Amino acid sequence: MKTGIVVFPGTWSDRDCAHAVSEVLGQPARYVDHREDSLDDLELVILPGGFSYGDYLRCGAIARFAPVMEAVTDFANRGGLVLGICNGFQILQEARLLPGALLRNASCEFRCEWVYLRVEQSDSAFTVDCRPGQLLRMPISHGEGNFFADRETLEAIERNRQVVFRYCAPDGRMTEEANPNGSLRNIAGIANARGNVVGMMPHPERACETLLGGVDGLAVFRSAIHALSRVAV
Amino acid sequence: MFRAEVFVTLKPVVNDPAGLTIRGGLHTLGFDTVTEVRAGKYLMVTLDEADEGHARARVEEMARQLLANAVIEDYRIELQPIGDPVAAGERPV
Repeated sequence: MKTGIVVFPGTWSDRDCAHAVSEVLGQPARYVDHREDSLDDLELVILPGGFSYGDYLRCGAIARFAPVMEAVTDFANRGGLVLGICNGFQILQEARLLPGALLRNASCEFRCEWVYLRVEQSDSAFTVDCRPGQLLRMPISHGEGNFFADRETLEAIERNRQVVFRYCAPDGRMTEEANPNGSLRNIAGIANARGNVVGMMPHPERACETLLGGVDGLAVFRSAIHALSRVAV
Repeated sequence: MFRAEVFVTLKPVVNDPAGLTIRGGLHTLGFDTVTEVRAGKYLMVTLDEADEGHARARVEEMARQLLANAVIEDYRIELQPIGDPVAAGERPV
């Protein structure tokens, strides 16, 4: 799985992603500078977490116009796999590759903690290895992850089964207490209609080794590997 | 030259946790008649443009493309001509 990890000024989770992909999963990975304009050598592009361009104006608003984003849009439109994590999710929404927006957390607090996610569908490239209803435990670390979409958009993404992950209690119930940021319908991650682009607030790359507290994040990356092997066959 | 003031506000249907928190602070200070606070952004953009209509169109375009996110925000633009203060008959302070 030839993986590119995009680095904007202010990205902070690029090395964690590279570690998970190359050291833990043994897959080839390279960093992609925000000024690059070709991703032709890649099969998976990760937009990692951080505070690109200082989060000035809105999270992801400036990064969305970085030269590399034109290439990311072409790559996604050609069916390439794109995973936006945390700030990467915000950038994908600003770029209109994913619907909705991420508002300030309802608590107005920066939340850094482990959460449970319920996998809602196993059609996206990043959940093919999961089963619907499966629970994954991984950390969040954000101040603006409060998923919002207008009613019409929300209904459309539910109808098209684009909701990939929801925050839930340890027993899988979708409760208000389990929602760390006020996201509508506990939404933690969504896919585009085609399922090759996924954005999620939780950090799978920080849940890939027992030493770090859990390995559930591997399911996201292993799904991508299997989604690519399906295409190749 | 023109100076555009751009006011970016959350759409009425969008929750504003910052506004709610500020309202709570005002209540704590005793401003108990405050019923609502909405927080937004203020941007001042100075443009080297000769024509007012053109300047306004440019700022509209900026707001649409970058300054506001139409998914969650509305914007309002106020445009003023600004000139060289001496030429305009004012004394520099």
